[in-house]
Amino acid sequence: MAIVLLRAPLKDLAGGNAEVEIEGASLLAVLRELERIHPRTVGWILDDQGQVRRHVNVFVNGEMTREDAPLTPQDRLHVLPSITGGSA
Amino acid sequence: MTEVLVGTKKGLFVLRGTPGSAFDVAHRAFAGNVVEFAIRDPRSGRYFASVTSGFYGPRLYFTDDVAAEEWQVAKGPAFPEGSETTLERIWVVKPGEADGLLYAGVDPASLFVSTDGGESWEINEALAKEREGGDWQPGLGGLALHSICPWPGDPSRLAIGISAVGVWITEDAGQSWRTGYTGLVPEYMPEEAREGTNTLCVHNMHRAPARPERLFMQFHGNVYRSDDEGGSWIDIHEGLSSKFGFPLALDPADPDSAFVIPLVGAEDRVVPEGKLRVYETRDAGASWTARSDGLPQEAYLTIYRQAFGAGGQGDELELFFGATSGEVFGSGDAGKTWFTAAERIAPVTSVRVA
Repeated sequence: MAIVLLRAPLKDLAGGNAEVEIEGASLLAVLRELERIHPRTVGWILDDQGQVRRHVNVFVNGEMTREDAPLTPQDRLHVLPSITGGSA
Repeated sequence: MTEVLVGTKKGLFVLRGTPGSAFDVAHRAFAGNVVEFAIRDPRSGRYFASVTSGFYGPRLYFTDDVAAEEWQVAKGPAFPEGSETTLERIWVVKPGEADGLLYAGVDPASLFVSTDGGESWEINEALAKEREGGDWQPGLGGLALHSICPWPGDPSRLAIGISAVGVWITEDAGQSWRTGYTGLVPEYMPEEAREGTNTLCVHNMHRAPARPERLFMQFHGNVYRSDDEGGSWIDIHEGLSSKFGFPLALDPADPDSAFVIPLVGAEDRVVPEGKLRVYETRDAGASWTARSDGLPQEAYLTIYRQAFGAGGQGDELELFFGATSGEVFGSGDAGKTWFTAAERIAPVTSVRVA
């Protein structure tokens, strides 16, 4: 089981859970399963086409990665907004 | 008591007050997010807000209680998976002419339809095919379907405005579409490239409900009127301080009426000569009267496309518009005199009278 770590507002959309344990062989599979378990997260991390949104970053064990990255049990996923300042 | 929904770069402000004096901020929602557009469906009383998070993308919210802590997220608009298209922004929501029927216009230019009061949305396939098969060029603000003009009492007829793909008209509830390009002059293109182009940058378009074959349009460099359902267009800019602008409003009771707020031009999007003036026509564009009583006359303001709204009609027409300065101006006497309804809120993206 991978552990998905969420902060507000994603945490709130996941029923207040800051950590969610999810089974899945790839990053995309885990994020899809997160959407299935917590439907209010649909569309927030993945866009219409199933891609991680442009201004959202997913780190696996501290390394930024994308949808097709394979996962192993005990991997820790941080889902964070990217640092995209400058537009007030 | 008048209620005005003000979308801003930093959330939705619900203003309430009596025209003539400053309005109160009754509620604020979606703090920190851009509220692109907000409207109340007068049939159901339901409120809609198009909200774009810089991180988590655009979505449509609705509520039946504007004071509610949390609004509901609509199912869509969203592009079908596999379409290789991602929703960028929801520009407008418009009540339709049948129970529960609403439309949403989005970027990239697509029309979404709801038949359940705005809770779920489906893409209009015929227009999507036109976009996929056509060479559609975006304007500066994106490929935006921002104007939706239903035909009073007839849900099968609709005209829409797209930046920058001109006017599209359906008479069979969106099963097929035709263009309404005749008379539109894209002065931003070389003269030899204008003939036959579809790069027609509509900035705003409204239908006169009391004479539905008539529409008014603010174009990228002209103001037009159509008397044939949007099929062809007549230049009516003579008498305005500038041909360029975005905001447009009508008096529903008077099919000869239109109000515009010109801006200098594409390279300088502030009101001309530092004077904030609303221009009114009551003769279908044959002449224009500048209205500025109560408006600041040392002002270099920008007023966005959706930031001009009207409520009521005739002598009781109320007009409100907001600027990127964070000010909202209103008129309770059909534009004759103006007052400052709010100031020092965030840059205003949209204004609608609830």
